[in-house]
Amino acid sequence: MDWLAHHLGQYNYWVAIFLMMTGFYTVISRGNLVKQIVGLNIFQTSVFILYISLSNVEGGAAPIVREGVKLFSNPLPHVLILTAIVVGVATTALGLALTVRIREAYGSIEEDDIRAKDDAL
Amino acid sequence: MILQNLIALLVIIPLLAAPACLLLPRRLAWGAATLVSAAVFALAALLLWRVQVQGVVSYHLGGWPPPWGIEYRADALNALVALIVAAIGALVMPYARRSVAAEVEERNQAGFYAAYLLALSGLLGITLTGDLFNLFVFLEISSLSSYILISQHRDRRALVAAYQYLVVGTIGATFLLIGIGLLYGMTGTLNMADLAERLPLVDGTRTVYTGFAFIVVGVGIKLALYPLHWWLPNAYTHAPSVASAFLAATATKVAVYVLLRVLFTVFGAEFSFRSAFFHSALITLAAAAIIAGSAMAIVQVNVKRLLAYSSVGQIGYMVLGLAMLSGLGLTAATLHLFNHALMKGALFLALGCVALRLGGCGLHDMKGLGRRMPLTMAAFVIGGLSLIGVPGTVGFISKWYLVLAAIELGWWPLIAVILVGSLLAVAYVWRVVEVAYFQEAEGERCEAPLSMLIPTWILLLANIYFGLDTRLPVTLAQDAALLLTGGNP
Repeated sequence: MDWLAHHLGQYNYWVAIFLMMTGFYTVISRGNLVKQIVGLNIFQTSVFILYISLSNVEGGAAPIVREGVKLFSNPLPHVLILTAIVVGVATTALGLALTVRIREAYGSIEEDDIRAKDDAL
Repeated sequence: MILQNLIALLVIIPLLAAPACLLLPRRLAWGAATLVSAAVFALAALLLWRVQVQGVVSYHLGGWPPPWGIEYRADALNALVALIVAAIGALVMPYARRSVAAEVEERNQAGFYAAYLLALSGLLGITLTGDLFNLFVFLEISSLSSYILISQHRDRRALVAAYQYLVVGTIGATFLLIGIGLLYGMTGTLNMADLAERLPLVDGTRTVYTGFAFIVVGVGIKLALYPLHWWLPNAYTHAPSVASAFLAATATKVAVYVLLRVLFTVFGAEFSFRSAFFHSALITLAAAAIIAGSAMAIVQVNVKRLLAYSSVGQIGYMVLGLAMLSGLGLTAATLHLFNHALMKGALFLALGCVALRLGGCGLHDMKGLGRRMPLTMAAFVIGGLSLIGVPGTVGFISKWYLVLAAIELGWWPLIAVILVGSLLAVAYVWRVVEVAYFQEAEGERCEAPLSMLIPTWILLLANIYFGLDTRLPVTLAQDAALLLTGGNP
């Protein structure tokens, strides 16, 4: 029982790992370019959650200086993740822009179709 | 003023110049990018000289002392890598005008130069920063801009290659991010020097091992370490020639640098290679990269793809030198980092000249090209000789040191691997030579313009010069190796 309590007590990490693997699997298994980007997004988001839960201090308040509050969560990972979110947005935007251009050039966003069209040359 | 802020300026100048490139009138974009990369090269040379004279140069961004603020830190290793990046950047730009005009749509050209400057800034940032999270940010800046650079070729396959690279590159960078997060969770710091001090306190915990694994695999993807290399041939083949030359000569080198830095400075060789499994796996993968990369190069019909596979093999040599852990091995790795940038840069530039005239790099189109483009093909042959490791070229020097290091350790099978790799290189360079010189020419003489030939030949002469007078690169590489082994004798 102790073993179970120990592992379930850190369920936030299980959530992060579950999302990570979901996203990663989607990227690997899907042939549709937009779905791959969705997978990539889930994969990145899981890392944001990992960072945010790392920064949590037990019993700590939100890191805003107020009277009577002594214990804060660590704000640094929050800031790091703001940067990583911006990076993620840029990646998604670029990935989708490339997908639009691929659609214009090939008339499809399915990896198999694209490959078939290139091989036909 | 310039001296004080030297390190920061190296990163800031191209970063600020990139949006300026887009705001300027379109025809000025190339001029601005050329000027900026020349200035960056001068600053990088100044930085290396300063590091030689006074030792480590540290810069605190915004005046915040490390480990709270971000520190930029230049030592014998990364000042050298920064100089390589800046030198290739400065050489590629005069070349770019004609090549980019032919390969990139006119309305995208200013954007191409802006993306190039961002990539330059990102690569220099990775090299010079002393902060692990900052390294991730610059890695993403350089990656995002290189996806753009690759996608700009008129050929639609460039789009798919850029997209694939984007997906793989993002996975690699996110792995790195996970690793950095786990290390931060255990130590509470992101500064590399501070991490190196604090990691021994939490040594042996599973979290640190997991972080280590994520970081190594993440960097391995960026490095195109066999078998994580499959994005590289597509990306280099379909990118515009300028982007191929610039990225092949710099991006993988910077990734090798990150691997060296993480394994030797942040974790320390004692921790990194404690696991005999990891050590032997790294050696095996390096040997497999040398053999498989070179063997794959032989069967290619597109010469650009041939060179890309050859890059996969050459990365194997660098990782092999790194995995030897000895002073001599690390010297060989650093030396090859420098030398490979010279030879691959020259070869890709020569191919860019071919692509300009023939509109492609198919082996079958290159029949008798030795007579049609004598200077370009002569450049290709000399670059090829350097790739093989013929005495008198830089390729020989780094392989010589690598073999010496292997003999010192008594690793005889690996000496065989290095030699077989060179023989395979003979085979794939010969295929091009055979087609270009021993088959009938089909068409007129069509030598490339001087603005493209001169940068190509400057790089080639550097190949020969540093192959004969090895004092400068060898001294620099030995300093770097000493620095890496110094902390952990």
